[in-house]
Amino acid sequence: MDIVRPAIAGTLESSDCQVTVEKGEGNVDFSMESSVINQYGNQIRKVELETLKNLGVSDVKLTIVDKGALDCTIKARIEAAVYRSVLQTEHLPWGGDIR
Amino acid sequence: MNNPNKKRLRRTMMFLNAQKPGLIKDPYIYKPDSIMLDLEDAVAENQKDAARFSLYHALKTINYRGCERVVRINGLDSPYWKEDIRCSVAGGCDSIRIPKTESAQDVKLVEREIAYAEKEFGRPEGSVLIMAAVESARGVMKALDICESSERLFGIALSGGDYTKDLQTHITGTGIELMGARQNLVIAARAAGVQCFDTVYTDLDNMEGFRQDVETIHLMGFDGKSIINHLVIIHPAGIIQVCISSDPLSSKQLIDQMISVFICLTDLGDNIIRHGNLLRIQRCLYSNLITTGKRCKEKVGFTNGIK
Repeated sequence: MDIVRPAIAGTLESSDCQVTVEKGEGNVDFSMESSVINQYGNQIRKVELETLKNLGVSDVKLTIVDKGALDCTIKARIEAAVYRSVLQTEHLPWGGDIR
Repeated sequence: MNNPNKKRLRRTMMFLNAQKPGLIKDPYIYKPDSIMLDLEDAVAENQKDAARFSLYHALKTINYRGCERVVRINGLDSPYWKEDIRCSVAGGCDSIRIPKTESAQDVKLVEREIAYAEKEFGRPEGSVLIMAAVESARGVMKALDICESSERLFGIALSGGDYTKDLQTHITGTGIELMGARQNLVIAARAAGVQCFDTVYTDLDNMEGFRQDVETIHLMGFDGKSIINHLVIIHPAGIIQVCISSDPLSSKQLIDQMISVFICLTDLGDNIIRHGNLLRIQRCLYSNLITTGKRCKEKVGFTNGIK
């Protein structure tokens, strides 16, 4: 899946995270801001890579501002941002690429 | 089609905005019988897409510890409802709540989409149930048709805000404006052998009014009531009130349930529950536990601040 246009999903409320995706420069460029980066930075990174892999996204600049989100929320926000970037809101692959 | 969950106990159904991770991560601590993850009115128009991802993963990963997981989809007059159903069924929801139901046809439309989704995502046929929310004068007049529209339909619910607007009145707190609708819905539901649920009580600062409201609908024959989670602080008390009023006999199970809610709340501390509310809950629990004697008193340790 290619990132077509910049897109953003999520909020800065507690337990949420805000994810921004932009067209990359041929690879996955990842930046993160989190108050629990020392405790959960590696885990957030792992969830991010796994989610992008499932979606088949390999060329993206992704930014996460985390406010203590659970893994399932991080996944949901990344997917929302990626599908927003291609303007797809219907016939989504639930249980397929989204899992 | 024989779904064992059709007749399950549903005294409280807690509304949660599916788009708010802070709300949907742990509502089971309050022990509502059902939670209702909302894709409709609680979710802003420009967040409808994001809410589905959040809903899907919540359904897939969060263990709601036995709470029934109902999803309120967007209205059949919106462009969203079909994808809402795909997402909910794929995620593994227990039931779908249809908003603004006005005819048996509405239920049949949703039923058809659910059946498609069950097939698409490999769920057993008939595993997803339906409930219909009635929010208009027309809906109230068609209640029996709606109740008899589908094998999957486990019950109907009154949605007071929209209904009173349609009726050209408003929520007064007395219940007068809801009388006809409540009576009509509960009779229709009983005639069809399905459950019936009352609207939310919106005056969050009036616990006595809430208690009376629950008492009234319980006497009328309702199975349960919707409760809201826009203000987390009010809910726990709400659940306890509903439990108490629905079961004047205070069975052991009920008392245990209340105590565990209470203990959860105490653990949560001041962030979630205002002191005043906590006292109110303590008092409310106490007045009901007093009849059941020492056991409960010892268990909760009611000596603090309770006269």
